[in-house]
Amino acid sequence: MVIRPYGDTKDDGIIQFSFTLPMPYSVKAADVGKQFLEKLGFHTVAIAECKAIDPEYTLFVAYGRTDVGIDPDEVKGDYLEVEEMDYYAINALIKERLGRKLRVVGAAIESDAHTVGIDAIMNMKGFAGNYGLERYPEMDALNMGSQIPCAQLLRTALERNADAILVSQIVTQKNIHVQHLTQLIELLEAEGVRERFVLIVGGPRINNAFAKELGYDAGFGPRTTPLEVASFLAQEVVRRHEEA
Amino acid sequence: MNDALRLNGDLVDRARAAASAIADDIQQHIEEHTTDTTERATLRLLGIAGVNEIDVPLVNVVAEHARDLLPSGIMRPFVDLMNRTGKTAQEIAEGVAGGDLALTEVPEERRGAAEARAVELANEGVARIDAVRMRREQLVAITGEALKPYVYVIVATGNIYEDAAQAKAAARAGADVIAVIRTTAQSLLDYVPYGETTEGFGGTYATQENFRLMRTALDEVGMELGRYIRLCNYASGLCMPEIATMGALERLDMMLNDSMYGIIFRNINMQRTFVDQYLSRLINARAGIIINTGEDNYLTTADAFEKGYTVVSSDFINEAFALRANLEPWQIGLGHAFEINPQTPDQVVYQIADAQLIRQLFPGYPLKYMPPTKYMPGDIFQGHIIDGMFNFTGIFTGQEIMLLGMLTEALHTPLLQDRYLSIKNAKYVFESCRDLADEVIYKPGGKIEQRANDQLAKAVDQLEHVRDISLFKALEDGEFADVKRDPQGGRGFEGVFRVTPSYFNPFFAALREGRMSGAPEGPAPGGTASVKEGGH
Repeated sequence: MVIRPYGDTKDDGIIQFSFTLPMPYSVKAADVGKQFLEKLGFHTVAIAECKAIDPEYTLFVAYGRTDVGIDPDEVKGDYLEVEEMDYYAINALIKERLGRKLRVVGAAIESDAHTVGIDAIMNMKGFAGNYGLERYPEMDALNMGSQIPCAQLLRTALERNADAILVSQIVTQKNIHVQHLTQLIELLEAEGVRERFVLIVGGPRINNAFAKELGYDAGFGPRTTPLEVASFLAQEVVRRHEEA
Repeated sequence: MNDALRLNGDLVDRARAAASAIADDIQQHIEEHTTDTTERATLRLLGIAGVNEIDVPLVNVVAEHARDLLPSGIMRPFVDLMNRTGKTAQEIAEGVAGGDLALTEVPEERRGAAEARAVELANEGVARIDAVRMRREQLVAITGEALKPYVYVIVATGNIYEDAAQAKAAARAGADVIAVIRTTAQSLLDYVPYGETTEGFGGTYATQENFRLMRTALDEVGMELGRYIRLCNYASGLCMPEIATMGALERLDMMLNDSMYGIIFRNINMQRTFVDQYLSRLINARAGIIINTGEDNYLTTADAFEKGYTVVSSDFINEAFALRANLEPWQIGLGHAFEINPQTPDQVVYQIADAQLIRQLFPGYPLKYMPPTKYMPGDIFQGHIIDGMFNFTGIFTGQEIMLLGMLTEALHTPLLQDRYLSIKNAKYVFESCRDLADEVIYKPGGKIEQRANDQLAKAVDQLEHVRDISLFKALEDGEFADVKRDPQGGRGFEGVFRVTPSYFNPFFAALREGRMSGAPEGPAPGGTASVKEGGH
């Protein structure tokens, strides 16, 4: 079914805007803003605010309506559908269906010195009000920190007989994160151990489709909570365990 | 305002005494060491500038050339060569870079003459700093002074000319302080880049020429607005004292200049950082620059609700080091922020408790209050309100330098309109609540007073623990920001030298002697911690 933005009446198509034009404010500024939005295809444009924020720049706050609609069913992609569980349900799932602790190792790899991502997901204190993986009694979680070479991460994962590896990549300048992530996949494949781990990557420029393309099992982007990662981990490890 | 909360005075005294003992212990170490950047800053203070044919600064060339002489100080051999050749400092540096001249140990019979001349040169160098400071005071008198709290915003385009244009726009919108963010990882460069720059990553190179260009732009817009616009940069990283020297000469007004930030957040060697912060602060003190410390960063890695007291402890330590480097209270912009998760019930109540505590512990200090970052949402409308409550806390608790939050903090570097909206938000809150704090009193024994005293008590425990084990060990244990550092590890350790008994550097004495005193707008004396006179 095709839908449109909903302001105060179904299908009214109302959108709000704020933008700056590099022009001095003058009496015609409001019309400049209005016609600009009309050129974009909006109608019934109302300029709510139009003022100088500097001698050279004018700020607009405006509303406009669109007739364009979209059908959500026609939007296709590789999305990670995780049934989100709470802390207790996750622990219970692991205990009952895996029958032992779920072992996970995480790190920010290679030159990436930022621990903020891996810490948010793994550290005891967690993030955004939910606990990190280290707090889960049914998980044996090791956060190795930052600047961990791929080989060291793999060695540790093998030593601990890990079920899953979590990788964080924060620095993305010149796409260095792609290089590091590929390096890890290549190493796992060269050693013939890729299938032994649920392999997860997270970072500001990561999404699930991109992670899959690189050869990971799942990718998590910005605003991911530990609960989402824990839910996926528990369900995926249990699924593999029961299929084996 | 300063007794709005009933704080346990005994705990305040114990905190200052412990911080004082901690700093004395480190000050001992500082006086027994020098660093390559300390010696390079010394050369800069002599007026040496420029780079060689492969863009290495001449001060680096000279310091590297004379590396073996550094433990006794660069000044004696350098001035001896000036005496022998009749050349200027700049000519000597160029001669060394060209391979025509070499610095050598100074034989006993030439020492007296070299040292006497060095003292004169040091006094001349310091006189240049004094002249710049006087110029600031004149300009503040001519253009007019901004009303506190100062509105502090950041520019960071990478291009100094675009930075200057954005800074002017921000000043016209109401900003009082412009900080030029440095390019990524400049703090890890063991030299200061040279000349104007138009490219950077997430910021703009701190160079002496960029300082000068931005200073000129801000003076212009300040005259236009009738308000002196302050310029801020970073005397931090591996070249702390060198950047302080450049800032003193180009009339920067504020410098990020923390005694421990580089150790914790940049993994710079702790021995080096303590030595470097000392000369950099002596220079800032002399130049009338307000320093900003970086405690706000602690709670980006540790939790604000549980570890808020570490900010309090560190502010006491930074104060103790600052007083030992001759900074006056009006110059010590202790930084703080207590960004508690907005989902915490009574978040703003605790935020006020923490901010008011710092205000009362450091009366007369131009405290710098830092905005929310960690919990800023992608929902910019919600973010704008979170910033509004932060601005409210700032004005209500009498903070003096307000780094403004941006509604798009979580998304991208500020758009023109973001900076404008942020300044409007702050100005609205400041003007509408300016006298509120004078009109209300805190509930005795209420949540705010209890939280403040609780934070203070935990800070005292931590400070006394740090005093007992030494600050080096505390940093090794991860007492601050949950980050652990090795005293022998980190960057720049190879540039730390134990001084010889004949170490000679007359700038330390010259920077302290006959100094001008007092804030431009009149003295605003504050803390009373006792200061042990140090000095190389």
